[in-house]
Amino acid sequence: MPRRDDLQKILVLGSGPIVIGQAAEFDYSGAQACKVLLEEGYEVVLVNSNPATIMTDPEFATATYVEPLLPGPVAQVIERERPDALLPTLGGQTALNLAKTLHEDGTLERFGVELIGATYDAICRAEDRELFDATMREAGLRTARNTIATDLGQARAALDAFGLPLIVRPAFTLGGRGGGIARSEADFERIVAGGLAASPIGQVLIDESVLGWGEFELEVMRDSADNVVVVCSIENVDPMGVHTGDSVTVAPQQTLTDRQYQVLRDHAIAVIRAVGVETGGSNVQFAVNPATDDVVVIEMNPRVSRSSALASKATGFPIAKIAARLAVGYRLDEIDNDITKRTPASFEPVLDYAVVKWPRFAFEKFPGVDSGLSTHMKSVGEVMAIGRTFRQAFAKAMRSREVDAPVDLSGDLLARLEHPSADRFDLILELLGRGVAEEEIRARTGIDLWFLRQLRELDDAFAGERTYRAVDTCAAEFEAETPYFYSAWERPPVRTEIERGDRPSVMILGSGPNRIGQGIEFDYCCVHAAMTVRESGRDAVMVNCNPETVSTDYDTSDRLYFEPLTLEDVLAIVDVEQPEGVVVQFGGQTPLKLAAGLEAAGVPLLGTQPEAIDLAEDRGRFSRLLGELGLRVPPYATAHSAEEALAAAPGIGWPLLVRPSYVLGGRAMEIVYDPEGLADYLRRVNGSGREIFLDRFLENAIEVDVDAICDGEDVWIGGVMQHVEEAGIHSGDSACVLPPHSLGSEMLGEIREATRRIALALGTVGLINVQYGVLGDDLYVIEANPRASRTVPFVSKATGVPLAKLACRVMLGERLASLNLPADPCGDHVSVKEAVLPFDRFAGADALLGPEMRSTGEVMGVAADFPAAFAKAQAAAGARLPGSGAVFLTVTDTDKSAVMGIAAQLYDLGFRIVATRGTAAAISRMGIPVEPLNKIGEGSPHVLDWIESGDVTLVINTPTGTAARTDGYEIRRAAIARGIPCITTIAGGMAATRAIAAGRVGEPAVVSLQELHARGVAHAFPANAASQVQGTQR
Amino acid sequence: MSAYLLLEDGERFDGEAVGAEGITTGEVVFTTGMSGYQESMTDPSFARQLITFTTVHVGNYGVSEAAWESDRVHAAGAIMREAVNTTDAPGAEQGWLDWLAAEGVPGIAGVDTRSLVRHIRSAGAMRGGIFPARLNPADAMDLVRAEPSMVGRDLAREVGVTEPRAYGPEGGLRIVALDTGIKRSIVRNFVERGVRLELHPCTTPAGELLAGDPDGFFLVPGPGDPAALDYLVDTIRALLVRKPVFGICLGHQLLSRAAGLDTFKLPFGHRGANHPVKDLATGRIAITSQNHGFAVSGTPGSRIDSDLGAAELTHVNLYDGTVEGFRLLDVPAACVQYHPEAGPGPNDSLGLFDTFIGEFDRAA
Repeated sequence: MPRRDDLQKILVLGSGPIVIGQAAEFDYSGAQACKVLLEEGYEVVLVNSNPATIMTDPEFATATYVEPLLPGPVAQVIERERPDALLPTLGGQTALNLAKTLHEDGTLERFGVELIGATYDAICRAEDRELFDATMREAGLRTARNTIATDLGQARAALDAFGLPLIVRPAFTLGGRGGGIARSEADFERIVAGGLAASPIGQVLIDESVLGWGEFELEVMRDSADNVVVVCSIENVDPMGVHTGDSVTVAPQQTLTDRQYQVLRDHAIAVIRAVGVETGGSNVQFAVNPATDDVVVIEMNPRVSRSSALASKATGFPIAKIAARLAVGYRLDEIDNDITKRTPASFEPVLDYAVVKWPRFAFEKFPGVDSGLSTHMKSVGEVMAIGRTFRQAFAKAMRSREVDAPVDLSGDLLARLEHPSADRFDLILELLGRGVAEEEIRARTGIDLWFLRQLRELDDAFAGERTYRAVDTCAAEFEAETPYFYSAWERPPVRTEIERGDRPSVMILGSGPNRIGQGIEFDYCCVHAAMTVRESGRDAVMVNCNPETVSTDYDTSDRLYFEPLTLEDVLAIVDVEQPEGVVVQFGGQTPLKLAAGLEAAGVPLLGTQPEAIDLAEDRGRFSRLLGELGLRVPPYATAHSAEEALAAAPGIGWPLLVRPSYVLGGRAMEIVYDPEGLADYLRRVNGSGREIFLDRFLENAIEVDVDAICDGEDVWIGGVMQHVEEAGIHSGDSACVLPPHSLGSEMLGEIREATRRIALALGTVGLINVQYGVLGDDLYVIEANPRASRTVPFVSKATGVPLAKLACRVMLGERLASLNLPADPCGDHVSVKEAVLPFDRFAGADALLGPEMRSTGEVMGVAADFPAAFAKAQAAAGARLPGSGAVFLTVTDTDKSAVMGIAAQLYDLGFRIVATRGTAAAISRMGIPVEPLNKIGEGSPHVLDWIESGDVTLVINTPTGTAARTDGYEIRRAAIARGIPCITTIAGGMAATRAIAAGRVGEPAVVSLQELHARGVAHAFPANAASQVQGTQR
Repeated sequence: MSAYLLLEDGERFDGEAVGAEGITTGEVVFTTGMSGYQESMTDPSFARQLITFTTVHVGNYGVSEAAWESDRVHAAGAIMREAVNTTDAPGAEQGWLDWLAAEGVPGIAGVDTRSLVRHIRSAGAMRGGIFPARLNPADAMDLVRAEPSMVGRDLAREVGVTEPRAYGPEGGLRIVALDTGIKRSIVRNFVERGVRLELHPCTTPAGELLAGDPDGFFLVPGPGDPAALDYLVDTIRALLVRKPVFGICLGHQLLSRAAGLDTFKLPFGHRGANHPVKDLATGRIAITSQNHGFAVSGTPGSRIDSDLGAAELTHVNLYDGTVEGFRLLDVPAACVQYHPEAGPGPNDSLGLFDTFIGEFDRAA
């Protein structure tokens, strides 16, 4: 059946902010799908709260709503847009759950919206554990023996029936959040309790253990004529027990016989049919006991997934793109294989190379958390490498990880292997190097001997000569049209496959694995650079190793090199490509680290030169420069030893912001209030004798971020953002507002002028980000980075001006003056960016904001005024502000006067106010009724009992310095465990209070970016929203 | 020990000798299947061919009795990028390289197989050989040129049974197969369905075959050029009017020739486990196992007046539009080019055996 002509308008749901378990892969999938649907002539309505995505670029949809992915806002979008169909299979678990809710609450029926891609029943059969098991049984397939428990009693019965160990997984959560492997009864009860709380339907699945079995995934696609293909097999090198997102995996599978593999293939096909996914892709996971041939179906996702993104990149078969076409009626044989152009998509890709995926962890960001790996995903990103052999791919993946710290190789390594950890393969390689037998390692890890033997010979991986090979879906059986390459080492003389063409090329270096501090925002900038280079008539050459991203979609560039971002690997590509220039300023620290090496090798770098970056990062030189420009910096010093640091501190003045030089995302950055605190910090951080920066910390200053473009002569200010949290909270973790909500026009003028001077003085050509602190009437420059910043996509979405593209045009030689830029692109609306933090994924982590960045993603809220935009952003971030209930307040002494205003306002809004005694005393002095609570040490019923009882709907808890941390830590953890919004700054509390007040007026109206950008706020917001503006203190 | 692969057009690829020592020559072909190396090597259709495995790692799970597709290795050699001799994988009864050595089959590993495949893709499958490095290339080339061309070559009689043999229970359907190179997977699929399958040498005269009064005839796969098997085509013509005849692969080519269609040599053949084949009657697509160097001429989907009455070209290969199935409309006879028995490859088309058996049943 060809294209469905009965549909005109299709609603696509994105996956929202990047969180652990749901990352950039859904931008890749969603962007592909939107592009395809537009190409097919449909109108596309998109909802996604994440501004850092390519899919929310206005040209990817007819109407783009950067709104919370919640039933209310999405229902509003449906009511306004009246789509014919909803495609829910491209936005991860978030979109699927949301579609399910919209069906259940009648919204879809009310507005006549058809679910395409996956029906409601199919979603239920895949997602509801009980239904899934029954469906599998009917299809003659085996699942692990298991039971469902909705309380501890039922769970204990399972324990008696199956014995330990047991796997506990909560229903309807992302990446197995809240689950785990129980090896003891105590473990079991703890994990079950956590899982019941984490599951939105209060249900956990308790599985018979298949620990140590081989773990395999198959990516299946089915069309409306019931044609089914298996796109890719993926084998987890880590056996069952480590979440597949945390496992090192290889494609294609390596250890199964043809018969065993065909059984999995048959099963995967039976699963997609039984679940009833009629059009689209699914991921089916199996556990295989290779000794007995027993096969157990673990789960299936009736949607595109992290694994399907990996499979797409691994094979060249674009699953999401094809899923979108299938959803609108096409059959597999009616769709072309993009890569060969002459064969249809109804085939199964074959690989003549090996692909290895490595997870990227960030445990260093969360001291005190359990860094063991289990069924609960903990990695924050991943890398993929392609090699002509498994060894080449594995070694390339290892060097793609960009691990910051050397691996600890102390202790009994064999014993350490018994508990899987992030560095298990480093330990294995060390042990193999020491001559330990593969069997010894297998006995402790369950890893197949074939892999271990390959690892023993890892040093031979790069015998021969480097050449480049194409990923062509067909093992060279047909000619490939799409140039997607990887480096391969072959026996000389090597035969090259690259056909470079005559057009000049520009090479864009990507940002490598997502990690905290360097995420999708940089990939967004790199994709924009590639688009701009192509528009300029040059070939865009992309280099990156992150399979989740849009940048590694072969459609994004003219030639894609899926390669590690090391100097050696990049220089080798430069040799082949001979680019006109290389872009290093869009991919974050990863390419910047290579700038000096590239420059030394004589490679032309486009835009701002490394010298300018050095100048901005060298505290001494930069401060002198600012001095010459008449700009102020907070007092600072640089120390090379603990003694120097302690000696310098008093001259700077307390409190101090301390950090090692050259850090990413505020790694190891802290605020210290006194010499003891500093000494403690130095003991912990300065072990290696690195250079330490000490800055006067501007307590209670307003922090401001500016993104601007400079062409060497002119400077254009793209956006000025005011942080909601005061200085001291990492800018990546702070909410920010555009335009600034409480800076006067004089200060704004001063900020613009300062930015102009700094950009010019640094010799910036391209993007620059400057951070300021505003203390009273004084402006301090905190830092300047002449490169793409994390806020570039947010500013672009908020203003409709594509900063990265413009910057790239400037880097390619255009002048700002010729670009016709608006003087002030902000418009009348207010945009708020809020960070999304992963504390709920890390048991034991303190949910506290500080100078070290910890967020994994961001959301954006747009509205006519600040409170409404802030409320939207909070809701989108998963911390929907309550409209009623009890608010629990506990703040430090310095915040006591500020908290009184918050308490008064919330009381007036109908909240019950509860507080710890000190805070309660301050509040009651204002005549506000407040219920005092015991601190934890004062006995039950205390704070935690209240939080755990569910009576508290909002927590405002401000810690400063090191005092009051213990109780605060427990309070924040308890709040996060129950999903209660927990605000840790007074400024955040004030913003929340204003937002709650605004929320009283009604659900904020939804608005599309296209409307905002085209017509401005007066038209974008209907009349009822205007009354909101009047109703709040703007 | 170093070795090299030499092609008849002079292209040379170096590697290391593995498996049996010595020299081997044959037609150099490639298969894109990612598993099933042992099945391929023992598949009679690969007789006199050197198999290039495009998948990187070969030998990972060893070899086992269960994976033999016939009673010996038919391929003349194995060409690989990476080969291992795993002996202790679950289910492995022997290491892959030990097995090649024991079976007397030379192999070469460390070869840039992708470049080799790209060469074959553009220049076509051609003769070649694996030689130890010490042998001078001029002498090696003489050996390559001494290898007969695949065109016009009758290999069917080399690989089939020499005496009749029977499998499966008595009392049910009795099907006679002319053995041009049957695979165990085909035998297994009939026997599992309660059929008694009698294999006869492919040179057996039609009269002798009909004398046994079987319920039908099955034409099986096999190596070589179907155009060199006119004696079989004559046999099939004689059988057709009396009994239902179904076939696979070479059997499909022979049945088509019996109906007057031509066959031709594909530039580099179809070998792998991922070829999409569409049944033009139902519109359904199967992912199929393929192993053939020759194909039937014609336009898939067309109805023709054949020498045996009205006929239809029923299936198409979606990769290159070649004929993948044929059916006579006046007599019960049909065949497919691909391998529904898998071994190795996908099981999508196993149901075809039920269809065949159903038709034999109806005619019986």
